[in-house]
Amino acid sequence: MYQLTTDRDFDRWRDLARQMLAGQISPPQILWLDREDEPSLLSNTALTPPVSSQPAAQTRVPREYLDLASKVACHRDPDRWNLLYRTLWRLTHGEPELLERVTDDDVYQLGAMERDVRRDRHKMTAFVRFRQVPAESGEEHFVAWHRPDHYIVRLTAPFFRGRFAAMRWTILTPDDSVAWDGHTLHFGPGVPQSQAPQADELESLWRTYYANIFNPARIKIAAMKKELPVRHWSTLPETQLIPDLLAEAPRRVEEMTRKSRENARPGSGPRSSGSARPGDAAAGDLYSASTSPETYASGLPAGKAATFPWTAEPFIPQSRSLKVLAEASKNCRGCDLCDIGSQVVFGEGPHDAMVMFVGEQPGDQEDRQGRPFVGPAGQLLDEVLQQVGIIRDECYVTNSVKHFKFEPRGTRRIHAKPSSREVSACQPWLVREIEVVRPQILVCLGSTAAQTLLGRDFRVTQRRGDVMKTEWSPWTMATIHPSALLRIPDEALRAKSRGEFEADLAKVAEQIAKLKAG
Amino acid sequence: MELRQKLAILADAAKYDASCASSGSRRRNDGTQLGDTTKIGICHSYTPDGRCVSLLKILLTNYCIYDCQFCVNRVTSDTPRARFTPAEVAHLTIEFYKRNYIEGLFLSSGIIRSVDYTMEQLIEVARLLRYQENFNGYIHLKTVPGASPELIERAGLVADRLSANVELPTQEDLDRLAPEKSRQQIEKTMQEMAGQILASGEEVRKHKSAPKFAPAGQSTQMIVGATASTDGQILQTADALYRRHRLRRVYYSAYSPIPHGDDRLPPEPPPLIREHRLYQSDWLIRFYGFGVNELTTAAEPNLSLEMDPKLSWALRNRDRFPVDLNKAPRELLLRIPGLGVRNVDRIIQIRRHQSIRLDDLAKLRAPMRRIRAFVITADHNPEALRIDRDDLAHRVVTPHVQLELFAAAGSARTGEV
Repeated sequence: MYQLTTDRDFDRWRDLARQMLAGQISPPQILWLDREDEPSLLSNTALTPPVSSQPAAQTRVPREYLDLASKVACHRDPDRWNLLYRTLWRLTHGEPELLERVTDDDVYQLGAMERDVRRDRHKMTAFVRFRQVPAESGEEHFVAWHRPDHYIVRLTAPFFRGRFAAMRWTILTPDDSVAWDGHTLHFGPGVPQSQAPQADELESLWRTYYANIFNPARIKIAAMKKELPVRHWSTLPETQLIPDLLAEAPRRVEEMTRKSRENARPGSGPRSSGSARPGDAAAGDLYSASTSPETYASGLPAGKAATFPWTAEPFIPQSRSLKVLAEASKNCRGCDLCDIGSQVVFGEGPHDAMVMFVGEQPGDQEDRQGRPFVGPAGQLLDEVLQQVGIIRDECYVTNSVKHFKFEPRGTRRIHAKPSSREVSACQPWLVREIEVVRPQILVCLGSTAAQTLLGRDFRVTQRRGDVMKTEWSPWTMATIHPSALLRIPDEALRAKSRGEFEADLAKVAEQIAKLKAG
Repeated sequence: MELRQKLAILADAAKYDASCASSGSRRRNDGTQLGDTTKIGICHSYTPDGRCVSLLKILLTNYCIYDCQFCVNRVTSDTPRARFTPAEVAHLTIEFYKRNYIEGLFLSSGIIRSVDYTMEQLIEVARLLRYQENFNGYIHLKTVPGASPELIERAGLVADRLSANVELPTQEDLDRLAPEKSRQQIEKTMQEMAGQILASGEEVRKHKSAPKFAPAGQSTQMIVGATASTDGQILQTADALYRRHRLRRVYYSAYSPIPHGDDRLPPEPPPLIREHRLYQSDWLIRFYGFGVNELTTAAEPNLSLEMDPKLSWALRNRDRFPVDLNKAPRELLLRIPGLGVRNVDRIIQIRRHQSIRLDDLAKLRAPMRRIRAFVITADHNPEALRIDRDDLAHRVVTPHVQLELFAAAGSARTGEV
């Protein structure tokens, strides 16, 4: 048994293989290794190879084989050298046409490895992302860190030399590195990701482009992941946008169809407003569908088609009992939020409550306890209710969306705003709660609740505290959400907003007193 | 307006263009330039819509004097507008290219002032890139139908690929939705380009240093599902364009709802799988020897969404099956459902040395469920005896149509049917 070390070098393997062939050493007699220090089961029996005194015999193999072998040699599989020697042996021992029999097990495996290497090289040409680093000479210098699957840096470096000839660049990988100085390629050892440059100011423009060239009306996650494997995402600046783009897509599609519907109504839409001509100074509303999306939740399962409407309607029983409704809501699958691992938090309070409070959605604490308004925002609400003299237990308290939507960040679950599609899916539950309780006073806490019940263009900031008669209640009002109060960083502003919140709830208390009196 | 805002608006406006190919052109770098092009383009990224990002695909401006109803940039749309200067586009292209984000530029534009003025602006960007920035990467310029021959010539000398969009499958569709466009004018421009490409090719064969005109040829795009035109009509149009103007590619783009769409447009987009079936048929016509009339029938003018067009053809023509894999000529092998060009060539290669058995097909990763009923192999294949059974369609169609839908993008690119 011979143990031979190639040092991951194809030329070295070729020299050794020639000698072995000349000595008529058959494949099972050799164990090929990448490195000497590699653990070997056979170390006891291993012998040093015979050094042939004669020059290695001329062995003729097809050029096609050498070409294939040089690619396969870059594969990470440690068994590749054995496979290469075995096929070389067969080619020179009575099977010269071996390579044409592509379904032969060995040839098939060679082909599979060659495909892996070819694909990996292609992905390297595609996914290397250069970052500009300051260079002393004043010349631009670009550095990239990439993680290929196989040992392909030497094979792929000429591509970058050809494309970026006029540039100085370096590509770092865990196994090898290569640098181009304008004249020569310099190869070196591998480098950990921590040594790569961390940012490039162009990346944010690139992300702007990426976010906007994406068409939210077509979602094909599997196709994307097949070509853009997740293991490469960490080195691609654009991929951090993907969760947000997906989470946003349904809302943007809904927006488009809504705008189309509005257009279809005579007298509205672009026909009357379409005056944009080349040369117009202003370019209209920049923050419609074409600006890059704000950050929304990523907890959604990917891949749902985005064209059908979501609704809880089919899951709502005929019953008018709040208990039955709450029980049924646990089985609701009206939108995707039921898949993200939080429980349903239904409304709570007497079925004949005079006052109903509607919030946005349960938070972390509410989700854990299964009850609305028990977290920090709930405590603040309780505090102010007490202050103005409203007894919480007499009120019905609920949310527009009955699931906690969040973005996992380490062990924490960060609140994420529900999309309008989710809000509209959940709305039938809220409507039924209102129908059952028939509150004489209805208070919307925050913009999600206000827009769900009072229309999409309702602005809490402008119309907070206004009392309205609506289809939901003869005395309807919207005010700030207590959790919004908690999030205001500026102390003075927070105090001012808290004052407004207290004033609004005092108005509610007054109305309760009036109704109770008369 | 800030560059970022312009980029957001003008990339958003360009996203309905399906083409992103950067292939078919061979430009070597002389050592002093930035960039080269390779025969097979590289997709540098993918967006969650499954489409690849290989070029910076933007509009120079989305102001437009036309009123094409399917287009988000038509004059009567209240979409936000922006306009790049040619220098800004050149700057973005160069900086993105240097960081290996892209293969080059795909520049289109709304029509401003006049057709020729617009065309001149597009050429100016390419000229800046080629002669001022020493850029040697891929450039695809949209040709505005009706542009003067002199401008088309200038465009072809700086661009790798040119394309004039046919937009909709028939003249009636254009009349309805794109009143300013006519098939006649679009085809005149295509013909102009085809003539110059042909002439330049001959020149280059004679003198290597002759200037190349659009070395990656011309392509076009057709929107599918915005009108009632059938798949049969769409394929007829594509086939005619391929033959008349030697197009490299026809892109089929499933109509996608646009903000502020017109009420003459369908409320729902067509299923994406329809686009995929058209690409499969396109490949069958170009590389598998199928006639355009074989793929749809008068009774069924649209392609089946459940099964691929080759399989539905085979089910309609069962008298031609099963085919003996060990004897049949290449043309017949190409007609077997589930066998692509590459596997057909491999089978021909293998059968010189050994006879083909079912497990050879499995090793070639052929879809066994689909293929079994249609072939005779050296070993026993009971499925082949069931070719005439009524339930054959159920036996061969994979139940996961959904999966195929996801495979669509890859297949559209490789043409593996």
